[in-house]
Amino acid sequence: MIRVKAALGWTAHDQLNRSRAKEQVANINQGKHAITMAQVSKWYDDFQVLRDITLDVDHGEKLVICGPSGSGKSTVVRLLAGLEQHQKGTISLYGQPVDSQGRGDIGMVFQQFNLFPHLTVLDNLMLGPMRALGMPRPEARDRAMAYLERVRIPEQADKRPGQLSGGQQQRVAIARSLCMDPKLMLFDEPTSALDPEMIAEVLEVMEDLARDGMTMICVTHEMGFARRVADRIAFMDAGEIVEVEPPEIAFSAPKSARFAQFLDKILKH
Amino acid sequence: MMTKFRLSLALLSLFTLTACAAPPGTWGWYVIDPTTSAGWTNITFLLRGFSATIQISVIAAVASIIIGLLVALPAFARSRWLRLPNRIYVEFIRAIPLLPMLFWVFYGLPVVLRSMGIDLNIDPFWGAVITLALSDSAFTAEIFRSGIQSVPRGQAEAAQTIGLTRAQAMRYVILPQAVRRILPPLANQFIYIVKMSAFASVIGMAELTRRANELVVTEYRPLEIYTLLILEYLVLVLIISAGVRWLERKMNADESR
Repeated sequence: MIRVKAALGWTAHDQLNRSRAKEQVANINQGKHAITMAQVSKWYDDFQVLRDITLDVDHGEKLVICGPSGSGKSTVVRLLAGLEQHQKGTISLYGQPVDSQGRGDIGMVFQQFNLFPHLTVLDNLMLGPMRALGMPRPEARDRAMAYLERVRIPEQADKRPGQLSGGQQQRVAIARSLCMDPKLMLFDEPTSALDPEMIAEVLEVMEDLARDGMTMICVTHEMGFARRVADRIAFMDAGEIVEVEPPEIAFSAPKSARFAQFLDKILKH
Repeated sequence: MMTKFRLSLALLSLFTLTACAAPPGTWGWYVIDPTTSAGWTNITFLLRGFSATIQISVIAAVASIIIGLLVALPAFARSRWLRLPNRIYVEFIRAIPLLPMLFWVFYGLPVVLRSMGIDLNIDPFWGAVITLALSDSAFTAEIFRSGIQSVPRGQAEAAQTIGLTRAQAMRYVILPQAVRRILPPLANQFIYIVKMSAFASVIGMAELTRRANELVVTEYRPLEIYTLLILEYLVLVLIISAGVRWLERKMNADESR
């Protein structure tokens, strides 16, 4: 056994275990909850930002979260990404706590892209696989190029993020997350910082991803995207989940007055 | 760069003007006149101080950067108790004036060490290096801390979501970006070290200032000798400034490539 490990090299061995474990997870979790949030509450000092959030997301499901600013929708996504802590309730991802997830298992796409400005696009993508997964450089490079092609900008590989348009930067950010082979992808208003003409190219990439069966949670105001892609739409207001509906119902017959008002406002223009 | 050169040229001509305008007998440049053999001996005696001043400054600066980084890193710990040593070190060291610290290190530290069974004599060179490095490290630590804090929080968050540990995020994401913000104030600190190394003269280190003092005692021409001493430091600092500017330009060129 030890000889086998040595022959494969530790990294290759880990890699193998990792992909096997992932396959198993995928099989076991078919049709099961990817995310379970039970009565999650969070405070900033005295101010309560989340009130008893209870939410299940199935494996392979696409959930869109919408709501007015300050409603706590970003906070939900940031909790799931492990970027913030909650004070009450439980969150589990595939039955495990957030902080015991594998490195890079939860992909996150930020409103401000947060690409690493001192690295080339390619190095941005290779950093995680090489340093967190211990992948050898040539392999990481192949993987990075594959995902750059998938987001349709392989020709930008050697540029710095600052030389790209906002839409291109956000697609690089999506590719950077995908390079870690995540179990689920979180999006925190991925198109809100973009000029209107660049929104479509980012949404197309996200729709591709959805078609491939990725589990996705997306905070967005793009209701067209929600209608096309979402399995369910969750409406949040004042730190609560007010309503969760499939898009057909959400857009035609929302149950709560607050959701109806909100949709009315953002669909008017 | 050009403005700095012009400024120093203006300063030089001011010296010359003062020299010319002063009544005869005020200046006695013969003491460092390179055309006479006595003057040339004096000049070479003074200039040989460059080697000690540069060595002390460079070693102290490198040590202060290493200590400063080690002191700055706990400031980013989540726990208040881990952050505490950083605050204590910075506040304590920063409060000690250089000269008393130099005396303490040179005269006091060997006594402490001897009481611990370590028989180590600190010579003036290492006394000066240790003191300058310690004293400066509190400032470099603050420079590192503010430089690192100036990198947007989203960078560390993005690093976390692609699975990097906090140490890896620091090494590959935060520090490379912080460096360009850290470099200019760090260069200021280096210039400060070069100038403060003059204090080494009081514990008998034969660097620029000590040599000037010794020559003044034998030649009784403080005006000329200290004027030359000031010019010696000016040249040293201008060279450092030029070097830093070159480095900054090079880094900016790398960034936009």
